Amino acid sequence: MKKVGNHHSISRICVFSLAILLTFSLTSIAQNPAPAPASTTAPAADAAAPAAGGDAAKGKELFNTNCAACHKLDAKSTGPALRGVASRRDKAWLYKWIHNSSELIKSGDATAVKLFAENNNAVMTAFPQLSEADIDNILAYTSEPKAEPAKVLPAAGASAGAESNGEGVSNNLILFALAVVMLMLVVMLVLVNRVLTKIAKANGVEVSTKEASMPIWKAFARNQFLVLVASIFLLLASGYYVYGYLMQIGVDQDYEPIQPIHYSHRIHAGSNGIDCKYCHSAARVSKNAGIPSLNICMNCHKNISEVSDTTATPDHSKAFYDGEIKKLYAAVGWDQSTQKYTGKTQPVKWVRIHNLPDYVYFNHSQHVTVAGVECQTCHGPVQTYEVMKQFAPLTMGWCINCHRETDVKMEGNEYYTKIHEELSKKYGVDKLTAAQMGGLECGKCHY
Amino acid sequence: MISPMKSIYNIALLVCTAVLVSSCHDTSKPNYQYMPNMYESAGYETYSESKAFKNGKEGQLPVEGTINRGYEVYEYPNTTAGLEAARASLQSPLDPASIDMDKAKELYDVYCGICHGTAGDGKGKLVTQGKFLGVPSYKDRPITIGSVFHVETYGLNSMGSYANQLNTHERWMVAAYVMKLKSE
Repeated sequence: MKKVGNHHSISRICVFSLAILLTFSLTSIAQNPAPAPASTTAPAADAAAPAAGGDAAKGKELFNTNCAACHKLDAKSTGPALRGVASRRDKAWLYKWIHNSSELIKSGDATAVKLFAENNNAVMTAFPQLSEADIDNILAYTSEPKAEPAKVLPAAGASAGAESNGEGVSNNLILFALAVVMLMLVVMLVLVNRVLTKIAKANGVEVSTKEASMPIWKAFARNQFLVLVASIFLLLASGYYVYGYLMQIGVDQDYEPIQPIHYSHRIHAGSNGIDCKYCHSAARVSKNAGIPSLNICMNCHKNISEVSDTTATPDHSKAFYDGEIKKLYAAVGWDQSTQKYTGKTQPVKWVRIHNLPDYVYFNHSQHVTVAGVECQTCHGPVQTYEVMKQFAPLTMGWCINCHRETDVKMEGNEYYTKIHEELSKKYGVDKLTAAQMGGLECGKCHY
Repeated sequence: MISPMKSIYNIALLVCTAVLVSSCHDTSKPNYQYMPNMYESAGYETYSESKAFKNGKEGQLPVEGTINRGYEVYEYPNTTAGLEAARASLQSPLDPASIDMDKAKELYDVYCGICHGTAGDGKGKLVTQGKFLGVPSYKDRPITIGSVFHVETYGLNSMGSYANQLNTHERWMVAAYVMKLKSE
């Protein structure tokens, strides 16, 4: 009986467990956020004395329904920022102004005239329906001190920002760490092997030496049948892969370019539920779906200059998204501080994703308005895409397949009722597919 | 028997090849094309860059002094006085009976409902989520069909112009639907 190296040697177990520990601990520690310091600040809304009388909670509701369209608490919007307005102006004056500002301006009140001029001569809607008590409530709300952001936030924001800025870097770091661990593992195994051999030698155990036998490739080369089968297999396999490669040339499925402004369909179409056609309005009426012009962005972003806290994700911080909105402002030439367009615009060079070759005719309005096809049928679940990409292959086979399978929407289209009836009779079906309407004819799309 | 060392080498090799192969596919770049001149003809693509025009863009505004086909002149100016004049006297050119209200509702839900709410109560999805505040209910405001059309055309305060997304006819349809929501 031969004595063999102890498979359960303590040194070996130690080395292995160390390797395993390193493998997992390094990466898992890298992923953990820094321990958050305990939140120490408590919103001191109640502590600060609100303006005499007035219910701030009711005031908030009134403010959000009546004032917030034009006023923000801490930033200039269409109208001035309103935090602490009660301490800046006389209360009786405020009642008059809110009930009918135009009248006050006409009466020649110096403050009112100056304020009107300062805010681009924008007329404030008169609110005769707000009682003085209502206004007191609103003033109580605007007199609340600004809730300080909890101290945890900056730290989390900073780390998230670093992550989003150097996403590639941190990924590379993890990969590098993994490679180092791998290398260490290999080195350790070599060392262990050497130690074991040494121990075996010292104990006088013979380490089995390999007998010189015929290398396997030589044996393989001598067997002609095996060689024949293997070469046929190789030929077929390479043919399969070469065919696959050639067939995907010119197909841009999953093409996901980096756009000049990080526009998230997930936020706009997904969580906000804005209809595709709100921005891509041309898809209803034109061949082209249209890249929304920036004035459509400004429909909302004139008012929304920063994203809400709930929008930020681990991948993209609030600061990152706010920066993208700043890019929009730079492109349209919107000056946030004066709430005016500067006239200095800059086109945004969006990278086109879906691009049919010029020898194919495709019309969006025909599919969206007439056929009533959902945008998602061809463009995929865009409302979940943080970064837009091409969902469908946009190959001819893909078009044809859909034309074969899709029933034509025949209801409410009197103009074609007769031809629909005749075609149904001809094919003996109730529902016509696009193919039966001539959707497979070459000239329909290639001319 | 294959030593554990050898199997580890093999696995490492496999992983490396897999990583190499998968990393070759770069989705941020467009794929290769056969004969690209068949894909990109000499004609200008929509929204492409073009040296033919001074500002380097294919998309151009109509020449000054011209109007596009189907354009209808709207004579009320974008001022407070214009809004008041429209509120007082502007009437819809559409025959109320012939307006396709289903179509109008569809347009309203897409373009207005997101803030004003599908019921016109000022509680659209953006408002209930707290992202866009201060949208009034139609019932609380002294609106007329003329003032609605005027505001759709030019925008008012935080609301932008919708003349870009809706043509004149569609704006009148939506205005009629807004008045219907107000009356309900």
